[in-house]
Amino acid sequence: MRRSLHARWAACAIAVALAATACGGDDDGGGSGGGDGNGVLSSSWGDPQNPLEPANTNEVQGGKVLDMIFRGLKRYDPETGEAKDMLAESITTDDSQNFTVKIKDGWTFSNGEKVTAKSFVDAWNYGADVRNAQKNAYFFEYIEGYDAVHPEEGDPTAETLSGLKVEDDRTFTVELSQKFSTWPDTLGYNAFAPLPRAFFEDHDAWVRKPVGNGPYQVESYTKGSAMKLRKWEDYPGPDEAQNGGVDLKVYTDNNAAYTDLLAGNLDLADDIPAAQLKNVENDLGDRYINQPAGIIQTLAFPFYEEAWGEGKEQLRKGISRAINREQITEQIFSNTRTPASDWTSPVLGEEGGYEKGLCGQACEYDPDEAKKMIEDAGGLPGGKITLTSNVDTGSHREWLDAVCNSINNALGRDSACTVNPVGTFADYRNQIGDQRMTGPFRAGWQMDYPLIQNFLQPLYYTNASSNDGKWSNEKFDSLIDEANAESDTQKAIETFQDAERVLVEEMPAIPLWYQNGSAGYSDRLSDVKLNPFSVPVYDQITVA
Amino acid sequence: MGRYVIRRLLQMIPVFIGSTFLIFVMVYALGDPVAALFGDRAPDPATAARIRAELYLDQPLWKQYLHYMGQIFRGDFGTAFNGQPVLELMSTAFPVTLRLTLVAVVIEVIIGIVLGVVSGLRRGRSVDTGLLFLTLIVISVPTFVTGYLLQFLFGVKWGLVRPSVSTDATFEELLLPGVVLALVSLAYVTRLTRTSIAENVRGDYVRTAIAKGLPRRRVIVRHLLRNSLIPVVTFIGTDIGALMGGAIVTERIFNIHGVGFQLYQGILRNNSPTVVGFVTILVIVFLLANLIVDLLYAVLDPRIRYA
Repeated sequence: MRRSLHARWAACAIAVALAATACGGDDDGGGSGGGDGNGVLSSSWGDPQNPLEPANTNEVQGGKVLDMIFRGLKRYDPETGEAKDMLAESITTDDSQNFTVKIKDGWTFSNGEKVTAKSFVDAWNYGADVRNAQKNAYFFEYIEGYDAVHPEEGDPTAETLSGLKVEDDRTFTVELSQKFSTWPDTLGYNAFAPLPRAFFEDHDAWVRKPVGNGPYQVESYTKGSAMKLRKWEDYPGPDEAQNGGVDLKVYTDNNAAYTDLLAGNLDLADDIPAAQLKNVENDLGDRYINQPAGIIQTLAFPFYEEAWGEGKEQLRKGISRAINREQITEQIFSNTRTPASDWTSPVLGEEGGYEKGLCGQACEYDPDEAKKMIEDAGGLPGGKITLTSNVDTGSHREWLDAVCNSINNALGRDSACTVNPVGTFADYRNQIGDQRMTGPFRAGWQMDYPLIQNFLQPLYYTNASSNDGKWSNEKFDSLIDEANAESDTQKAIETFQDAERVLVEEMPAIPLWYQNGSAGYSDRLSDVKLNPFSVPVYDQITVA
Repeated sequence: MGRYVIRRLLQMIPVFIGSTFLIFVMVYALGDPVAALFGDRAPDPATAARIRAELYLDQPLWKQYLHYMGQIFRGDFGTAFNGQPVLELMSTAFPVTLRLTLVAVVIEVIIGIVLGVVSGLRRGRSVDTGLLFLTLIVISVPTFVTGYLLQFLFGVKWGLVRPSVSTDATFEELLLPGVVLALVSLAYVTRLTRTSIAENVRGDYVRTAIAKGLPRRRVIVRHLLRNSLIPVVTFIGTDIGALMGGAIVTERIFNIHGVGFQLYQGILRNNSPTVVGFVTILVIVFLLANLIVDLLYAVLDPRIRYA
């Protein structure tokens, strides 16, 4: 709760000695109103990396805002992750390739403009057009005509996607370039949000103060420091905000946010610093949330390096068995990670394709067996192994050292495994892009949408966008194609899992652990939840 | 005096060009920033190429540098990757850090010099020994330790101040961070003043002043202190630049959105316009602070004259 006024005045009295300053009250961090759904909460935020455009936002901080001010055709259920219709009245197809989308009536943007089929088609065309350099352009790559508006080189030969056609105010059709039965389920991602005319007419003004069709609207936005979002009273959707608004405050460091939470100046911190994990249950009790998110960490191998490439399955599996996942997740991450036993995430649920233990023995810790397997495979290439990762965030340095220790212990040699720390994420991504990895390297994956397809295809399909190790396997590829073409969802998921079993045989990347989302909140709040993307479900939070 | 100032200002030009070039090369050497903008996903080449062209990153280093300097002389510091002009970032960050620096310098000057004088005049006595010991502790404890400690004690445990600074960053809020930032320099100022005072207190001019029958206070302030301040002023002058740049740690701890925060973000994201822009301004601040220090010498010691 708020500190007493005495303290503030005491601080002022000291300050007066230095310089005369205004010592009025202020309302930062606290909030006004009572428990009648009008209370405003404050929440920690990070400076978004990109301008806040739906097709240009690919990280959590910007995504957080888009999720509050936009609603798309679908929305992922905050609890189950299931894609449910939001603006979509129906999305129908006969052949898994041509879709007809019908939009519900009565939706508007917060500036009063009606949400029509054109709002979607224009927004998607904008996102796909290479001239707009949108970082999420690849989301539209399955739509027919993508190559023309987004050629690999040179200028586009078309301005719009030929696969998108507006039929009437509330209907449009989509033609995909390949069969993709679960495509409608991808439409909950922010990149597919509709955009009002104001976005195209005065782009600069829109980016300074975005206008959307979600339960909140932006009241003020000071780049780099704060955004005030307020409940949109006339929101036509079924999930109106249960609080009066949210003040997002940019923190330089998650430690500072946590300290503010403890001191009562902040209501919600959605990233508990690693150093505080040991104290957090004492500090917050049941106001601490620690639940699985759609994030998995793996160790990928460079298949362009002969030493690690083809025919080295036994070696790769041996290394996997040398890693004591249980111990590392417990000691370094205080159980905010769960040892992985497949290549997806528990947030998918068993119906969505997550299968505990799918990896089998290959992901179980057994130092003796690991040593035997590695030796049978001819030992480590050159007698040693180097793990590479950026170390600027995420306790990467700590767990890399622990993994190395685990491998060294299994092999009974102190110098078998070393860590190659890379200073910044940017540098690390460059080295990966230039194929300069010489040994196993960290590959993290945060899902775009809660589908098993999203955990497999972008990462392991031949030449896929995040196949950093350049692994390639015909059987895997054909199973993925088959699964995408399958119109029965349950069968599709089973086929995806068959593809995943190829990964067990080949071990192109070692699953390490699933990552949890963590958050802590003040006693003013209740109904705080994290969705499968580990973002707080702001609209359901109630303020006392 | 005037000619001296002009000569010094002209000398700044090559220093300025040289240092900006060095910074530019260093940030450039960190590598291509575009890849990181795409997160864990490999950038799609067409989009990445567009972004590179927009940011002028597809040109050779010397062209980038010339382009950048051309921009600067037109008063344009380029654009950060989130689409925000660097000038806008500066206009929010520099005032905050300037205030923080001001608080720190005021604390450091007042407390540091007073303690130094007290200590220097009582050389060898228990006050002096105690202060020497205290300053030694302060110097040897890293800033982030004192920062987190004071933040926890004052902000969380006793609830006397807010543990973090709001976006307004008023002087009131900056008091505690200012103390943290000032502590190490304060210890140095105390020690420098102490040594200087202890040395000069035996000087002939002090004896003369006392013999003339001047009041003790006047002897100390006008004669002894004025002469003893030259090394201290040199230190404080260079320290202003160091404080502004070195605020990174303090600003992170107390959530201050100043120069340190922006520089840190800029480096993490390989954002050359931000880093070079901010460091350029810091270089200018440093150069000006040094000039002022040199001019202050003449004020403090009339024997020093500039032609």
